[in-house]
Amino acid sequence: MSHFPHRHLLGIKGLTEPEITLLLDRADEAVQISRQAQKKTSTLRGLTQINLFFEASTRTQSSFELAGKRLGADVMNMSVGNSSVKKGETLIDTAMTLNAMHPDVLVVRHSSAGAAALLAQKVSCSVVNAGDGQHEHPTQALLDALTIRRAKGKLSRIIVAICGDVLHSRVARSNILLLNRMGARVRVVAPATLLPAGIADMSVEVFHSMEEGLKDADVVMMLRLQRERMAGSFVPSVREYFRYYGLDAEKLKAAKEDALVMHPGPMNRGVEIASEVADGPQSVIEAQVEMGVAVRMAVMETLLLSENRGPRS
Amino acid sequence: MTDTVLAPDAAPAQAGRPLALTNLRIVDPARNLDETGTVLIAEGRILAAGRDAANQGLPEGGQRIDCTDLVAIPGLVDTRVFVGEPGAEHRETIASAARAAAAGGITSFVAMPDTDPVIDDVALIEFLLKTGRDKAVVNVHAAAALTRGLHGEEMTELGLLREAGAVCFTNGREPIHDTLVLRRAMTYARDFDTVIALETRDRYLGAGGVMNEGLLASWLGLAGIPREAEIIPLERDLRIASLTKARYHAAKISLPESVEAVNAAKARGAKVSAGISINHLTLNENDIGDYRTFFKVSPPLRAEDDRRAMVEALAKGEIDIISSSHDPQDVDTKRLPFADAADGAIGLETMLAAALRLHHSGEVPLMRLIDALSTRPARIFGLDAGTLAPGARADLTLIDLEEPWVVAREQLLSRSKNTPFENARFTGRVVETYVGGKRVHTGRA
Repeated sequence: MSHFPHRHLLGIKGLTEPEITLLLDRADEAVQISRQAQKKTSTLRGLTQINLFFEASTRTQSSFELAGKRLGADVMNMSVGNSSVKKGETLIDTAMTLNAMHPDVLVVRHSSAGAAALLAQKVSCSVVNAGDGQHEHPTQALLDALTIRRAKGKLSRIIVAICGDVLHSRVARSNILLLNRMGARVRVVAPATLLPAGIADMSVEVFHSMEEGLKDADVVMMLRLQRERMAGSFVPSVREYFRYYGLDAEKLKAAKEDALVMHPGPMNRGVEIASEVADGPQSVIEAQVEMGVAVRMAVMETLLLSENRGPRS
Repeated sequence: MTDTVLAPDAAPAQAGRPLALTNLRIVDPARNLDETGTVLIAEGRILAAGRDAANQGLPEGGQRIDCTDLVAIPGLVDTRVFVGEPGAEHRETIASAARAAAAGGITSFVAMPDTDPVIDDVALIEFLLKTGRDKAVVNVHAAAALTRGLHGEEMTELGLLREAGAVCFTNGREPIHDTLVLRRAMTYARDFDTVIALETRDRYLGAGGVMNEGLLASWLGLAGIPREAEIIPLERDLRIASLTKARYHAAKISLPESVEAVNAAKARGAKVSAGISINHLTLNENDIGDYRTFFKVSPPLRAEDDRRAMVEALAKGEIDIISSSHDPQDVDTKRLPFADAADGAIGLETMLAAALRLHHSGEVPLMRLIDALSTRPARIFGLDAGTLAPGARADLTLIDLEEPWVVAREQLLSRSKNTPFENARFTGRVVETYVGGKRVHTGRA
């Protein structure tokens, strides 16, 4: 069995190409388990998984929950109200309390960048980052990669256009890191107000027009635009945003004929994506959800099974 | 004269009992003096300091201490120190800050008004100064709030506060956004011949930002603060300084563009000066690494190119002074996700050693460093300090320029431990600190 020398999954940043391949290969196997009638295994029997969500996310939380249950772990969900005043205090205090209950893995979602890493320093179990502020969302990037690899057979040299609110997107950061590590060509397409400083040095090609950015793309990955950023702050209006950056059938024509359409969800139909495309033949948005459970199974199995554990980091 | 070797148990110089420190290198920027000689101290004052100081013989009944291999400098003057008293004594008291200052070779510091309550009233200045006199081992000066409650709206009683002993006016950590308030306060302050020391940060451009804007912040997913958030309000303030002819001190600049703005203001005759925190001379944004909150300061640590440019500007004297910007924070404000953590780093005990890195690297001459750490801040803020000239109060620091040491958290005297220099290796250490001729710190084991 290959070597995976990490105790936590805090981001894509620290992962090598073989380590990512290992996770994706295991996730492929996990897909088979999920498609059987008997979905429950005993891989993680006796182990305890706690989902600690400081930010509400039904989709990600249930995906992690299902992944743990299918591996036979005992899963507990903790949704902590996100009081904006003392978030951080709650984070450390809650983590220490939970740590005393001897969980084997903590799955953490928090609105502040670095929250998962901070928590990992304070607890004695494995930590999986389920999204920390605008920093990283590693399991999302892994599930996107798995979806692409299963559809295209490879990740190297394919062209992926990541479109929309890159500035605020942890999904974009994790995907840029992972796709580059695997040899894909990454483009970002967005109005300049929604791109982070230094984007041109993040190993991506930058476009401000969908037509140019999508040209010959193998994958079109749309990002969610948060409601509070729609009207007048980062873009003038929903109408104008959809006009220039919303993915509709017309804009999609610029991409390759068999290009995949992806979205991490939840979608704002009519804002960043039109229903005709979201529900169309090129869409793999539902497949992404399925791959999400598989990838999370692979991650937890890899982190928790002791035979994988080499020198810890 | 009794001969003694330097030892911690040596009796501190008594008032009235003269003290002769011999065979040391004396660096006194006020007199552009750098020579080996003797420092004579009597009744809390310098009798003489230099090569010829012992020519008339040593005073009767005095104590002689051989200081071979040590350097005597005027005690450091730190004009930007945040203390927790009143209101946050668990972070730092005036007494604990003073002990930390003495350990760092600082003999005078100016306490910022960002306390609870804010130092914006005569009674509070009196409280602060009295506490300093009664409990602090170094000279404690008070900066008064320029606006009531630091809200940036109404000016405080500048004249009365000045009379009560405020050495300068500042809005502490809070910039002043309202240009009309600033204009009036500066116009009024001019008549009291006081300096106004401000930090600049645009309330809109800098809003929500937690570190230097750029690639690093983008990868970390942290909201960036653009350079213009410092530069634009600084240029604005410098225009108002020209307009009002008040004395303005840009307290904590971090960018070469800010130096240019200050240079331009000086060139057009404005009475302005510039300061920088030791952190911005010795650290850069890369030090933040994986969300290390002890490196979260305001203005944010900048890129390495900026740091180098600031060191160069310091060497040229375009940046006048260095402060520690000592800002004690506790685990409750620092052990948080980066964006939620408070700004600030302690620095009293490490400022000199960190600054000496610039001497050892050959980037800033020792004379200029001591000028920026002692002589010039004393002059800008009108303090009786910053020189070893005959007649000056005997505030001096003896340093061993070559002694290596490692910063150990548990040895810090500050009540708060949020140092960005934990485990840092320094060359050059404070050996003894004297205030008014009295030894207030010894670093000898």
